[in-house]
This record gives sequence, structure tokens and C-alpha cells, in this order.
Amino acid sequence: MTTHIDNGLAAAEDASTSSGSRLHVESATIGYDKRIISRELSVAIPDESFTVIVGPNACGKSTLLRGLSRLLKPSAGQVVLDGADINSFKTKEVARRVGLLPQSSIAPDGITVADLVARGRYPHQGFARQWTEADEQAVLRAMEQTAVTDLSGRLVDELSGGQRQRVWVAMALAQHTSIMLLDEPTTFLDITHQIELMELFTDLHHVGHTLVAVLHDLNQAARYGTHLIAMKDGHIVAEGKPAEIVTADLVHEVFGLRCLVVPDPVAGTPSVVPLGRERPAHFKKGGCASVDGF
Amino acid sequence: MSTRVDFGRRVLVLRRRRFAARFDWRSVVICSVLALAVAGMAVLALMTGSFQLSPGEVVSALTGRTSGLVRDIVVEWRLPRVAAALVFGAALGVSGAVFQSTLRNPLADPGIIGFSQGSYTGALIVILVVNGTYWQLVGGALIGGVATAVAVYLLAYRRGVQGFRLIIVGIGISAMLGSLNTWLILKADLDQAMAAATWGAGSLNGVSWPQVAVGGAFIAVLLVLAAMSSRPMRQLELGDDAAAAQGVWVSAVRLGLIVLGVALTATVTAASGPIAFISLVAPQIGRRLTRSAGITLAPAALVGALLCLAADYIAQHVAPTPLPVGIITVILGGGYLGWLLITEARRRL
Repeated sequence: MTTHIDNGLAAAEDASTSSGSRLHVESATIGYDKRIISRELSVAIPDESFTVIVGPNACGKSTLLRGLSRLLKPSAGQVVLDGADINSFKTKEVARRVGLLPQSSIAPDGITVADLVARGRYPHQGFARQWTEADEQAVLRAMEQTAVTDLSGRLVDELSGGQRQRVWVAMALAQHTSIMLLDEPTTFLDITHQIELMELFTDLHHVGHTLVAVLHDLNQAARYGTHLIAMKDGHIVAEGKPAEIVTADLVHEVFGLRCLVVPDPVAGTPSVVPLGRERPAHFKKGGCASVDGF
Repeated sequence: MSTRVDFGRRVLVLRRRRFAARFDWRSVVICSVLALAVAGMAVLALMTGSFQLSPGEVVSALTGRTSGLVRDIVVEWRLPRVAAALVFGAALGVSGAVFQSTLRNPLADPGIIGFSQGSYTGALIVILVVNGTYWQLVGGALIGGVATAVAVYLLAYRRGVQGFRLIIVGIGISAMLGSLNTWLILKADLDQAMAAATWGAGSLNGVSWPQVAVGGAFIAVLLVLAAMSSRPMRQLELGDDAAAAQGVWVSAVRLGLIVLGVALTATVTAASGPIAFISLVAPQIGRRLTRSAGITLAPAALVGALLCLAADYIAQHVAPTPLPVGIITVILGGGYLGWLLITEARRRL
């Protein structure tokens, strides 16, 4: 609990915490118009976990995240936040409890880092209260946590991809929610910046944020996540601690990939090493596709 | 750790008990200068005419310290037109700002998406079929414009409205209505065709106090609504997902803003005919002067007012023969589009 106070998170933890999940999905059907992605989906985000959702392309993991952040409204069932249907809250009230780092956002032309981070304060502001001391402190802290304080006055357009993504994280942090949803936060970054960002998320998790991330990299998911949700074809195949559920069989079932699961030499978490497949005959030396044949 | 956020530019923070706001210093200065320029331009327009007045005479007439001929010239004859140019210009500037911000496109403009042509069609039908009065003309223009806007919106609607699709559909509808309008004018007799052409160019000729009062009252209400929507509008610039995640009801806000933008332009167009391009140019000039992030309303309103006043001054007093103000703004807009094409092309290369 002390870590909570350290971060100053005004956690709206009511009686619902007793179930261990402030945010969960109850037999929801989620999709776009007539195209249903997930049917009868039920899943809970454990409080104070770093939950990672993995699965092949089009398995419904981003759709689940959009459902959790009330960007998509289930056509049946419901998403429950703090004991009530998420759609029964005012949208600004949800925004004070659940934050989202979308897959793609737009930085307005000519905006500076601090100005962009300050936009994250929107749900806490009103027409006459647009820049309070609390806003200022939240923006300062968010920039400090993401190490963008030195970039504060720079134009967002001039930053590198890794720096820019940290600024977007800072904006989501300035929103000051205890639950943060991250939609493929590392997808367009190089390996160094991916790791840098994952370490940052681990730190944020450590000071009390509940994080839910959609990730592509299984090894990063198993290494940094405390709770893993594996999805395929819109339903959940397995969920639990990475060390307990990541097996060669699961990876084969979810991704159709044959692999070895070995302990990560640094963290000891499960690490997935693909086996590849045997080379087809026509690609073997002397085969019909061989370069020698030309 | 410093206790103040460095925004990379000077900011002015005002905090009183229940009020807290942050202003960009440069924007405050630029807006003040623009307001002075608008006031100066208005006084110049009130001075100029066949009966030349001094600035002092204008000011004393406005403050009610003179009566008789000078007061009549300033308050009864010249002021309605100047007030109309100022208020309508500001309305057009804000209308364009709302469109460009909401649709995230510097070409998004009520004129470009078919609105002006639709108003013109409505007005033409009133002129040609019922040979109507001024207020019937206003009604016809309103109905034509709003019907066109609704048609464009519905045709562009597919799981919400995207800026690009709306603009393309609008350009298409605009072209169709343009040819309809040409056909209507060709069918008309000479007098009607001339009346229609003058209205179609957008003119402040013969604007009287009742017209300014009615239009001004509408515009005042709409400007207040626009100011109140400016914060969600700004969030919308971050993308639909980010805005929704921060508590903006995206679909409602966007529809509301489009209605607001259409209503502002509709009021002006109904009163004076389509004054082209101010709504397109003013927000961009305002943004470049203040170097703000995204589009802001206050500079757009002030630049719009200044442009409209200046264009009407040129149309009345500088041009060899008095012209409709819309002719001058078209020249202005052409220059802007040319400049935009050149700079955008250079940026892409």
C-alpha cells in the first residue's frame, strides 16, 4: 500500500477490490459492427498485475484491449470497472481511473513535449480550471518518470521514435490513472528502445500501477509480465503466471509454432526458441530450386 | 526537480480561487496586436468615403459626443457595414478553425465541402422562382446550405465520419451543385441573373442594422458555444482513440463541432452571400502568427475579422469600381492555395 501513496495514485478502490480485480470482462461479445471478434469472453485483470496479452495476428487481443478501455462497447455482456458496467460511468470518470496508450496517436504540428504531456490532464480539468497546481505537478512527475524532462521544451516532431513513445507514455501517466492499458507499445521501436520501454513499464508496475499490455514478443511478455493471457481466434487459451503456463505445447497450440522453451539465462523466465522446420527437398543443394542449377 | 513545467515558450499562468488557466505568451501578444489592428481597420473604414472624416470625428460619433450629419454618416450609414464585416469575418474564421481542427485537414472548409454552392442553389431558387424579399433569400440560402451539409455528412458516413472522405464527397457534391447553379443562371432573365451573380459573389452592399443585429445575435451565441467546445476539440487533434481514452465523447463532439461550423458559415452566407476563402485562410494565418500547436479559435476569429474588414475596404475604396467583397477574398484565397501547394510540395520533396 505504501507504494501506492508514493505514487500519489488516488486509487478508487471500493469494495470491488475484494474480488481482486477492479477491471474484468463478463461473458462479453465484442466486435466491429456485424463482424464479431470475441463471443462470450470472460477475463479478469488481476489488481496490481502487469498483465500481458499475447496471440497471433487477428486473434482479438487489441479488440479485448479496446473493450477494456470502453472504446468498443460489447454487443452482449459487459465490461466491469470497480463493480459497475464501464459504460454506466461518465466517460471522463472512466478516464480518471483507466488510461490508454493507443496504437497510433497524432501529435499536432508544432506541439512541444510539455504541451503534449499536459493534454493528458484533460479528464481532471474543466472550463474554468484548466491549469491548476495539481496539473502542473502531475505533468512534472510524468515527465520525470519517463525521463523526458530534459526534452520538455522541444518539438515532438523533432524527437526520435523512442523518445516520442516515452512522451506518449508520459501523457498517459499525466492522466494519473491506477490502471493503464498499452496497445502494442513497442511495435515500431528498435530492440534497445523496446527494452528501455519495457523496463520503464516494470518500474511503473513496481510503484503500483496495474498495467495491461498487448505485445508481440513472447520472450518479453514472459520476462516482464506477471500475468499472461494467451488468445487465439477470439477466445482465451490459457492465463496465469508466465512461468506456469508458457510451454512448448501452449506455443504450438496458440501460434502453430514448434519450439523449445528454455529458461531465460538472465531472468530465469520462460524463453521461447523456435525449432524451425526441415528444409523442403526442392530447396536442398542440387534440388530443383538450387542456385547451382542455373 | 524544478517546480514549474518548461513548455519551451513563455506561458502566462493565472490562478485564482476557482479559476486556473495557462496562456501562451506569444498568443496573448499576437491576439492583442490583432485586436488593435481590427480596431484600427474599423476606424479607417468608418473615416473613408465620399465624405471624408478624421479619426477624432469617428471616435466622438461612436461615443455619442457628436450629433447631426457626422453621427448619421458614421453610425447609420457606415457602421452597419463595418460591424457586419467584423462580425461575419470573425464567424468565418472560427467556422474554418472548427472544420480544419475537427477534420484534421488544412483544406477542410465549409466552402470546399459544398456548403456555399448549396446555399447559392437555395438563394438562386428563391431569386428565380419566387423573386423573393431579403428575408426569403436568407431562408432559401439557409435551407440550401444546411441540406447540402446534411447530404454530404450522410453520404460520407461509414461507421463515423472521417475527414478525408467528407472532403472528397463534399468536393463532388460541390461540383454538381456548381453546374446546377450555372444552369439556373442561364435560364434566368438578365436582371435576375445580375442580382443572383452579385449575391453569389458575396457582398456587404446595402447591409442594414436589422440584418446585422439578427446575424450578430446568432453569431454571438455560436461563438460562445465554440469557445466552450474548444477543449474537447483540441483533444480530438490527438486522434480518436487518444481523445476517447481521455474522456472525450468523440462521435458526439465531432458532430456537434461540424454543426457549429456549418451554422456559423450558414448565418454569414444567408446574410451576405458566400464570402469565400476567409474561413480557409484565417485559421492558418492565425496558427502561423501564434506558432501554436494545432488550430486555436481566438487568433482565427481576429484574423478573419481583419481580413474581411480589409477586403471590404479594398472592394469599396481601392478598387477602381466598387466590387462585392467576395471578389477580393477569392483573390486572397487563390494566393493562399498557391502558396500552400508550393510549400507542401517543397515539404514532400
